[in-house]
Amino acid sequence: MQRSMRMKLNYRIVIFALAIVFGVFFSAPSILQMENGKKITLGLDLQGGLHMLLGVKTQEATKSRIKSIAASVKHFTDRKDILIDNLTFDESSVKFEILDSDDLKEIQGFLSEIDGVKILTNNLVISLNLSEEEIVKTKKQAVDQAIETIRNRLDQFGLSEPVVARQGEEKILVELAGIKTQEEEQRARKLISRAAKLELMAVDEDRNARVSVMSDSDAAEYADVILEDVKDPRHKYLIHEIPILEGGMLTNASVGFDENNRPLINFTLNAEGADIFGDFTGKNVGKRLAVVLDGKVYSAPNINERIGGGSGQISGNYTVMEAKDLAIALRSGALLAPIYLMEKRSVGPSLGADSIKASLVALVGGFILVILFMLFYYRLAGVIANVALIANLFILLAVMSLFGATLTLPGMAGIVLTVGMAVDANVIISERIRELIYEGKSMHKAIEEGYSNAMRAIIDANITTLIASIVLYVYGTGAIKGFAITMSIGILASMITAILGTHGIYEMLESKIVKSKNNRLWFGIKG
Amino acid sequence: MEFFKYTRTFNFMGQSKLAMVLSIMLVLSSFALLATKGLNYGVDFAGGTIVQVKYDKDAPLDLMRDKLKENEVFNGASITEFGSSQEVVIRMKTTTGSVTTDIGDLTRDILKETGNFEVRRVDIVGPKVGSELKEKGVMSLLLAILGILIYVAFRFEWRFAVASIIALVHDISIALGAITLVGLDVNLDVLAALLTILGYSLNDTIIVFDRIREGVTNSRNVNLADTINESVTRTLARTTLTSLTTFFVVFTLFTFGGEIIHSFAFTLLVGVVVGTYSSIFVASPILLWFGFDVKNYHNKLAEKAKREADKQRMRDQYESGVM
Repeated sequence: MQRSMRMKLNYRIVIFALAIVFGVFFSAPSILQMENGKKITLGLDLQGGLHMLLGVKTQEATKSRIKSIAASVKHFTDRKDILIDNLTFDESSVKFEILDSDDLKEIQGFLSEIDGVKILTNNLVISLNLSEEEIVKTKKQAVDQAIETIRNRLDQFGLSEPVVARQGEEKILVELAGIKTQEEEQRARKLISRAAKLELMAVDEDRNARVSVMSDSDAAEYADVILEDVKDPRHKYLIHEIPILEGGMLTNASVGFDENNRPLINFTLNAEGADIFGDFTGKNVGKRLAVVLDGKVYSAPNINERIGGGSGQISGNYTVMEAKDLAIALRSGALLAPIYLMEKRSVGPSLGADSIKASLVALVGGFILVILFMLFYYRLAGVIANVALIANLFILLAVMSLFGATLTLPGMAGIVLTVGMAVDANVIISERIRELIYEGKSMHKAIEEGYSNAMRAIIDANITTLIASIVLYVYGTGAIKGFAITMSIGILASMITAILGTHGIYEMLESKIVKSKNNRLWFGIKG
Repeated sequence: MEFFKYTRTFNFMGQSKLAMVLSIMLVLSSFALLATKGLNYGVDFAGGTIVQVKYDKDAPLDLMRDKLKENEVFNGASITEFGSSQEVVIRMKTTTGSVTTDIGDLTRDILKETGNFEVRRVDIVGPKVGSELKEKGVMSLLLAILGILIYVAFRFEWRFAVASIIALVHDISIALGAITLVGLDVNLDVLAALLTILGYSLNDTIIVFDRIREGVTNSRNVNLADTINESVTRTLARTTLTSLTTFFVVFTLFTFGGEIIHSFAFTLLVGVVVGTYSSIFVASPILLWFGFDVKNYHNKLAEKAKREADKQRMRDQYESGVM
């Protein structure tokens, strides 16, 4: 008799207590915004930031691969004095004709060393086709390289933890948190999308005087291209198409200043680049060297003497900030294929703060309403349900903190909804217990049977809601996934708090309930 | 406190014809609305651009319209207030593919002279992504329904599963009808709300079905209508209570959650009401009309129990034989 009067400890209450300790302990870093410990990260829609889905124009990568094959054919035949005609190329093949059949063997030997092409010879007409695998490989490489390059650039941009990830075959996901203004965002986008293809090219001094009257096809006849000056598009240069040097031989790029204190970019070449650069400048004193970036001529200084050491400058009309970003882009290398915008979601920090405020008001408001209502309707049983509800919130936050989950605006809505639905289990249980009390069962029987009767319905209901949440997680994108996460964790946590936890409390208090004989106080019913 | 007296049983099934007429009317008018007015897909699914700006004073709507008219990218752009007179949302069907200068930057440039403002949100969804999201959205709804159908059929009986799915389709149709009626933009958040309704309404239905299953198993009464009436009555307090608490939180979300969560909360609000109604007045009567045979079910249960008992006896004999 003496023993049953005391509150009994049971395994359920122990697990519940442990769960509460777990919840409070691990949610503390997020709630108190502590320095240490794992915290919930706020989604871009709450803290402000930029989310972009970028496409890669991979066909451009195969095109440039074809172009470089054509260039090397031309280079080889020039050097060996092999006469060829009608050198043309399209999206995936190069075609040309040999004039002298004696050269066939030599050129076939050279071509067989090029990776990934199928060689077709029809009399003296040779066509080179990129193989299917080579096209796939080239495209894949272009995406890989774009991801790598964008990541490098963003790492140097100075934002914390930029996300750059492959999505599907040819898409890149970029997420930047902590962007303050639209201007800053645009700066980041400029940096990401800049091709940053640097070429050092020779001006065709023999014909440059006539550039204003030449068309692109005229220029092509001399293996030249017409390029515009970056400051003045009307100023054009006639330039040899095949570059002396490309940006791949760059080892460093940094911001410097000229004598007028205008920003410029200093670059250094690797040993091979320095050699080629030295040889070229030595042989071409008196001619001009064009510094070409992304198809625009930045400067075309006269070569006064042989330039050794392999360093140079790019001067342009840019601000210090632009020069800095350009240096970053050059250092991290060129984009093999251009990228384009498929989707963008950009939220300003002030809107994010507003959203947090509004959803917190809704959360607290809804929470208080539910708690008061349960208290009013069920009395002490309501108190017990409310304890479980509060514990549920702590555990939900703790699990999210531990996994470093992202809390989005729909995620907030998920928490609000969890509050409404988590008490459901307790409502079902309490109703069952009330029923059994009415049927005249003993308190012990009413509680035990109440729980076992309610369990089936609760489990079935929770599992179906989980099914919907999981589908939502798998098929949802971005912020919606956050909703599915909070809902799922909330449901799972409610199994511990609303079912196990409250059961433990009842078991512990059973003797008190029996002794008080006050069903009105305990369950809000007469008798 | 108690809403309903424990001793009194309501005759819900007696009212089921009336409820059915109401339901059919609601669903049909929803279909009619969907067919004539049609769903208003937002940028998430249709593709397009949304730019949200906030001025430091009242937004100069007319001036903004004039300015934007000058550039053909903004053809058909709609400019509306968003929550307050300072905040404006510009919606366009057009998008741009450039990463460096997108349609958001363009808007910012063009509006420069209209006053002091801050661009708070730019959503650009290219047409390809839009149709992908739409495909995924429809798939997710279908998959969720299928998954639930399988689970309920497995846990209950196929008639229960079909009845709950009909109730779900009923709820989703009416919710879609309501969305069309108010002319809400259907975006990802509305889809999430629809899926939540799915889960919520099913929750309700399952609680009632569980009670019916229990009633059918335990009672000697073979009249299904009586059992359903009793089961629905017994769960009525719970249904009302949970609906009320959920309604409370969704309502606070609707009133205080801000403009951005408005469509989400509205869809849920409709869903909570319709979902509660349908679990009582749609799902249960359908069970009755499908001719769920209580006697048959009892026989099946008895057979199953007999088989179990046989198995147990054999096992006992086997074990004692070995011993």
